[in-house]
Amino acid sequence: MGLLALFRRSPPSAHVAKERLRIIIQQERNARGGGPDYLPLLRRELLEVIRKYVNVDPAAVQINVEREDGQEVLEFSVALPEKAR
Amino acid sequence: MTEIIVVTSGKGGVGKTTTSASLACGLARRGKKVAVIDFDIGLRNLDLIMGCERRVVYDFVNVIQGECTLKQALIKDKRLETLYVLAASQTRDKDALSSEGVRRVFDDLTADGFEYIICDSPAGIEKGAHLAMYFADRAVVVVNPEVSSVRDSDRILGLLSAKTLRAEQGNGQVKEHLLLTRYSPKRVATGEMMSVGDVKEILGLDVVGVVPESVDVLAASNAGIPVILNENSDVSRAYEDAVARLLGETVPLRFVDEPKKGFFARMFGG
Repeated sequence: MGLLALFRRSPPSAHVAKERLRIIIQQERNARGGGPDYLPLLRRELLEVIRKYVNVDPAAVQINVEREDGQEVLEFSVALPEKAR
Repeated sequence: MTEIIVVTSGKGGVGKTTTSASLACGLARRGKKVAVIDFDIGLRNLDLIMGCERRVVYDFVNVIQGECTLKQALIKDKRLETLYVLAASQTRDKDALSSEGVRRVFDDLTADGFEYIICDSPAGIEKGAHLAMYFADRAVVVVNPEVSSVRDSDRILGLLSAKTLRAEQGNGQVKEHLLLTRYSPKRVATGEMMSVGDVKEILGLDVVGVVPESVDVLAASNAGIPVILNENSDVSRAYEDAVARLLGETVPLRFVDEPKKGFFARMFGG
């Protein structure tokens, strides 16, 4: 790494790799036993309903089951597109 | 007591066979009685890495099908007194291995006083990989700091926690260890490669070894001498450390940081 490298400012690719893996592995872990088996279907149907109102990307819908103190929490999040209205 | 260790990864070409050979040698060099078994039915390779390819007469499938005794099929290493190799068969019939047959071989090895059985798993998640891990007490998951390898190894972790005898019997978990190969501290420092810490965090495993990227690995496989036996190589030292950790010793990680550069080298490259 010489002087020139100081002026390059793209995010390090290792950081991108880590973020992508964090997300996909969490998703795959949930899919294979982290949650009940109706989860993928629930996700698909919810997506269809949401799409009647807002045109969201399938990847923008996250559904997770988390266990905390013996309680299961179904967490559902939708990232709305920027120009939704 | 016999401990069964599977060396696995999901993805091919990450260093399972290199790792199996070196861990087996390392354990044997410490006086342990070790059998290292090639589970890659149809694609025999461990014999080449161990340098005993011309001494294979009988293989794993011959033993299971009763065509020879286990003693006849075990190839005694010429360098280490207590090390034996069991070659994979080159038959194309993948069903030649059965879990019943594998169990019998492991029972016989146990009765014979073997302390460690190292199972060199094939790539993928098919039958061979499944049988290699099924009876394991511990798993060494070999990972390259690269996205597809990390993702595939997470699949393998899922299988280890569900499709093993220990999991099925509720007899405790298979103890899982992370072994990173082809690690380049220099590329980690420049942000081009995920670090040990990154991979450890993503997979949630303890690190049993970090093996640096090195030309010594190819040289070792060219020669048929497991790389751990090349005393001049950092790769050898990294595998020695991994063996020590497998045996419960606490050894600090080496070869994970880039050697410090002087002021001029940093300013003007080098």
